[in-house]
Amino acid sequence: MINKNAKLVPNVFEKNKIEQNPTRDGFGRGLVEAGEKDEKVVALCADLSESTRMQWFEEKFPERYIEIGVAEQNLATVASGLANYGKIPFIASYAVFSPGRNNEQIRTTISLNNVPVKIVGSHAGVSVGSDGATHQALEDIALMRVQPNMVVLVPADVEEARKATIACAKLDAPVYLRLARAKSPMFTTSDTPFEIGKAEVLFESEKPEVAIIVCGNLVHNALLAANELEKEGTSVTVINSHTIKPMDTKTILKEAKKAGAVVTIEEHQIAGGMGSAVAEVLVQESPMPIEFIGVHNEFGQSGDPNELIEHYGMGVESIKKAVKKVIKRK
Amino acid sequence: MSDIHDEKIKELEVKANEVRQTIIEMLTEAGSGHTAGPLGMADIFTAFYFHILNHDPKKPDWEERDRLILSNGHIVPVQYAAMAHAGYFPLEETKTLRKFGSRLQGHPEREKLPGLENTSGPLGSGLSQSAGIAYGARMDGKKFRIYCLLSDGEHDAGNLWEGAMFAGKNKLSNLTAIIDRNNIQINGMTEDVMPLEPLREKYEAFNWHVIDIDGHNIEEIVNAVEQAKAIFEKPTLIIAHTIPGKGIKDIEFDYTWHGKPPKPEEAKKFLKELRTLGGKIESEHE
Repeated sequence: MINKNAKLVPNVFEKNKIEQNPTRDGFGRGLVEAGEKDEKVVALCADLSESTRMQWFEEKFPERYIEIGVAEQNLATVASGLANYGKIPFIASYAVFSPGRNNEQIRTTISLNNVPVKIVGSHAGVSVGSDGATHQALEDIALMRVQPNMVVLVPADVEEARKATIACAKLDAPVYLRLARAKSPMFTTSDTPFEIGKAEVLFESEKPEVAIIVCGNLVHNALLAANELEKEGTSVTVINSHTIKPMDTKTILKEAKKAGAVVTIEEHQIAGGMGSAVAEVLVQESPMPIEFIGVHNEFGQSGDPNELIEHYGMGVESIKKAVKKVIKRK
Repeated sequence: MSDIHDEKIKELEVKANEVRQTIIEMLTEAGSGHTAGPLGMADIFTAFYFHILNHDPKKPDWEERDRLILSNGHIVPVQYAAMAHAGYFPLEETKTLRKFGSRLQGHPEREKLPGLENTSGPLGSGLSQSAGIAYGARMDGKKFRIYCLLSDGEHDAGNLWEGAMFAGKNKLSNLTAIIDRNNIQINGMTEDVMPLEPLREKYEAFNWHVIDIDGHNIEEIVNAVEQAKAIFEKPTLIIAHTIPGKGIKDIEFDYTWHGKPPKPEEAKKFLKELRTLGGKIESEHE
C-alpha cells in the first residue's frame, strides 16, 4: 500500500487522470524560485533555453542569464569561473552534451576544483523519443557518479524536480541534476518529503518479498506495478532513490534486508547507473539477488516515448516479470 | 613613457634570476616535470608577483585581489617558485614539488595550496574559467583584474577558442590574457604540429585588443599590462614572445626540454650559469 507519509496524490494509480508534466518544467520553475531567493544564482545555457526551460529564468532575470552558444565545454568552464568567483551557476543543456561532451572540463574545473556548479542534463533516457539515439543520454549517471565531490540527483516527477532544483542551489557542492523531456505523471505533492541524500519509501508492505529501488520518470511505473502485484498476492516495497550520490545506504540496506531481494529500475545503461550503485552497497553489506531494469548495452532509437520504454523493458509488465524472477532466485 | 622605473626593473630582473634558480632546484629534486616552459615564463611571473598583481600573500583569500589564472598547468613550477619568493609559503617547501603529501601537486590544485586560483593541467580551459570570473566580477562592479596565462600549444583546443569568443562577445575588459608564445609543444614546433598563425589577426577578429611584446623585457611586460587597463571596450591579449628555457643556453629553443627535468649534474652547471649571469660575474656560491 502507499506510504501515507509520502503524501502522494490521492488518485496515484489512475495514470490517465493524473496531470502529466515533464521534469524539465519543474526545473524551470524551481530555478526561478531559487533565483528569487538568492541573487547569486545565475543561469548559463548552450543555445537550448526554451527546451531546457531555462528560458523562464532568462525572462525573469535577464541580467543573470548568460548565453554561451553551442559550446558545452565553454558552458562548464565559464560556469567554473563564475562559481570560483562566488556565484551559484546552473548550466543547462541536453545530457548527451553536458555532461557528455564536456566531461573532462567538468572533472577538472568543477569536481576536482570543487566549485558549486549545478549541471542540468535534460533530455536524458530513451523517453526523449523521436530525436533518436544521438540525443538519448543513457550513460550520464555513470559519468557523473564516478566523480568525487559530485552529487547526483534524478527527480521522479515535475514537483520533485522543482524541489531538487531549489535544494541544490542551497548546497555548496557541484551537483548533477538529470531531467527528462517527456511528460510523466505528477504523483508527488508539495507535501511529499524531499531531502538530498534521503531515499523515500513510497509503497510499503508488512512482509515485502522484493524491494524495488527506482529513480526518475520510472518511479510511477514501479508504483503501478507494485499495486498490481499486491492485488495478485505479491508484496513489494518501492523506494524512490532520487539521490544516487551520496546514496542513502541506510534506507536502501534497511529496506533491501527486510525484503531479501531487489529490483532496480532506471532509464539508463545497466552498467554504472543507479542499479550498479545499489549493487555496490548490497554486495558489501548484504549480498542478495538483484534484477536490473534499464538499457542493456545498446543505444536507443527513434519512437514514441512510451513505446520506447516498453521496448527496452522498462514498462509495468517488465517490472512485474523482474519481481517474479528475483523472488525465484531467493 | 614607461610605467616602471629603471631601478625597479633591475630589481625584478634579479628576482627573475632567483626564480629560475628555484625552478632548476625544485625540478631536479622532483626528478620529473617541465623545464623549458617555466624558465621561459620566469620574467613574466616575476613581473606579476612582484609588481603587477594587487595581492597580499598573507591574505590569499582577500576578496578584492587580482586573480591570476594559470591555464597551462604544467608550467606551475614557475608559479610555485614566484609564490614562494613572494611569501605565500616557505621557499623550502618548493623542494616537495610532485612528492607524496605535498601541497605542490604536479599540476596546480586550487584546494591544495592557498593562493592558487584554479585547478588546471588539461589544456584549453583556463581562458573560459578566467572569463567566468571576469563576467561575475563585472556583474558585481568589482574593480579587480583577471589575468590568464596561456600557452601557445593549447590554442589547438576548441575550448580555448570558445572562451576567446565568449570574452570578445561580452567585452570583458577586466580580463587580460597573456600567451607564452615560445613556438614549441610536446611533439615539436607549434607551426608544424598545428599552425596557429596569424594569431594576432585571429584574436582581433574575435574582438580582442592585441599587444605583441618581448616576454623577457620586464618594462614591456609592465607597460603592456598597463595599456590593457586603458582598453575599456575589449579584453586584451598580450602575445609574449619568449624563448623556451630562457636563461640557460643548453635548454633555450630546445623542445626536447619541454617535459623533462635536469639531472643533478646538469643542474649544478645550470645553477652556476644563472648565478654567474652566464659567466659575466663570479658566483658567491663557488
